[in-house]
Amino acid sequence: MSEDETYGRIFLRLLPRIRGLSKRGLAGWAILVGGTIVSLLAIMTVLAPWISPYDPIAINVGPLLSPPSSQYPLGTNHLGQDMLSRVISGGAIMFQVSILSVIVCLLVGVPIGLFASFKGGFTDKMSSLVMDSIYAFPGLVLAIAIAAMLGPGVVNMALSIAVVYVPSYFRIIRSQVLTIKELPYVDAARMMGAKTRTTLVSYILPNVVPSIVAVATINFADAILTAAGLTFVGLGLSVSTPDWGWDLTYGRRLLTSGAWWVIAFPGLMVVLLALGFTLLGEGLSELFSPRLEK
Amino acid sequence: MRGTVRAVADVSLSLEKGSTLGLVGESGSGKSTFGFSLLRMIPPPGRIMAGEIDFDGTELLQQPEDEMRRIRGSQISMIFQDPMTSLNPVKKIRDHFIELYRTHDRTVTKEDAVSRAAKLLDSLGIGGDRIDDYPHQFSGGMRQRVMIGLALALNPKLIIADEPTTALDVIVEAQILELLKQLKTEHQLTMILITHNIGIVAEMTDTIGVMYAGELVELGPTEDIFEDPLHPYTKGLLESAPNIVHPERSMRPIPGSPPDLLSPPTGCKFHPRCPRVFEPCPYKEPKLLERKRRLVACHLYDSVRS
Repeated sequence: MSEDETYGRIFLRLLPRIRGLSKRGLAGWAILVGGTIVSLLAIMTVLAPWISPYDPIAINVGPLLSPPSSQYPLGTNHLGQDMLSRVISGGAIMFQVSILSVIVCLLVGVPIGLFASFKGGFTDKMSSLVMDSIYAFPGLVLAIAIAAMLGPGVVNMALSIAVVYVPSYFRIIRSQVLTIKELPYVDAARMMGAKTRTTLVSYILPNVVPSIVAVATINFADAILTAAGLTFVGLGLSVSTPDWGWDLTYGRRLLTSGAWWVIAFPGLMVVLLALGFTLLGEGLSELFSPRLEK
Repeated sequence: MRGTVRAVADVSLSLEKGSTLGLVGESGSGKSTFGFSLLRMIPPPGRIMAGEIDFDGTELLQQPEDEMRRIRGSQISMIFQDPMTSLNPVKKIRDHFIELYRTHDRTVTKEDAVSRAAKLLDSLGIGGDRIDDYPHQFSGGMRQRVMIGLALALNPKLIIADEPTTALDVIVEAQILELLKQLKTEHQLTMILITHNIGIVAEMTDTIGVMYAGELVELGPTEDIFEDPLHPYTKGLLESAPNIVHPERSMRPIPGSPPDLLSPPTGCKFHPRCPRVFEPCPYKEPKLLERKRRLVACHLYDSVRS
């Protein structure tokens, strides 16, 4: 069986599932709507270089602070940049930062959570202590502090967001592992001679994956809001990159002069993307946790 | 911490190759703990404080953990109580077998493992084509057959069956027991059958060990014990199950409940519930001594010479 064939089959098997989602009640609809919003925005971001009418970082493509018009559908900002082009292209940074931070979280949080809670005892106590102390901080404040130390840049933003969210992964995984490791089939595997690593990777991990997926999607939503927050306080990127967060920062100052369009549209996009991920995440976690079913 | 519980103490027995030992006793009498300790798999904080396990010339308590891991599953394997939860729900049956074979022998290819497993399952009454199914697609009895297959896969020298039919309904129970019996003769299996079901023991075993409060109170050939139980506890155990030979005899349950092992009774641990208690019982702990071709720990037989 070739790789292509496998992917093709997976896709074909997914199709009826996607249709089936609408029958899964509210959770199914949340996944459908959230998934649609996220995929549309992702497609828009990927296609940005071809579909944006102007160069998003070129200045003086139009008059300064022109309100939405037929030529500039979303208006222009104080540098004469076309807002529509910036709105279309600005998502790239959001996606990069959030994807990168989720990857870092997965790479750090999942192994620690799995190993420490499976091992139990001192290892578990220590890592829980560290994770809970991070968890105790307000997320945005901690992210700002770390980003301020690391300096601006996509990777640094992603890292500072990751630090904030690793404990969420740790906690959810820990709670699951504590239950799963007591199940007879884990014992059975060990009594049949399985190594600790095998037990963790092929007996415990697959049963934790659904919760990880749910946390990761919610993590996406939070990462986007935090990323916007970081740029908003000036810890984001330079003006040469189209970025919704940057537009928010400058749009705020222009709002008093009546130019609502500079802040409104990028702000709307941030909300929309975060909403998409939140719906997706909440829907998935609802679907994956049968104990919440009535 | 409330103290130390001696869940199993002073249990000494030996098992001949090809024979079946039945361990019976009430819940909490230490039957399963005894079985787990043979594999050195006592769940923490429990541990083995002292003893010897001579397995075919190997002292298991001296083995490093790595060696012990190799023994588990290939030399000594286990059949579990609850087949519904003893298989990994996210793995196909084939993957269970592949993993088992490859854990113990890296050179076995996946194809090889699957074909061996299919053949094995066929002989256990599961069509080889079902090897691609997930555990949830099987009924309880079928899953127990799969578990038995896993236990047998590497031709272990000893199989510990920990209440293998407790979670199954009567008809499936009979089928599984029939299967185990047949496998026993076919493969010359050495088996320890842990159960609280007296009927199963009568049918399946050569030797019976009766456990009470973590200790062996009687050990002997199955027939002898059924015909003439020596220890009052064994008697009580037999009388608390319906008697098929003499159906007119009513069941007589043993009064009281098993002792709290944190503060076990002095002397004979069974004396507070024993119908034949007399003066040495509360003071002197009975020793497991040979009486009438078997071992019994009871003061009633102190004066009897074998």
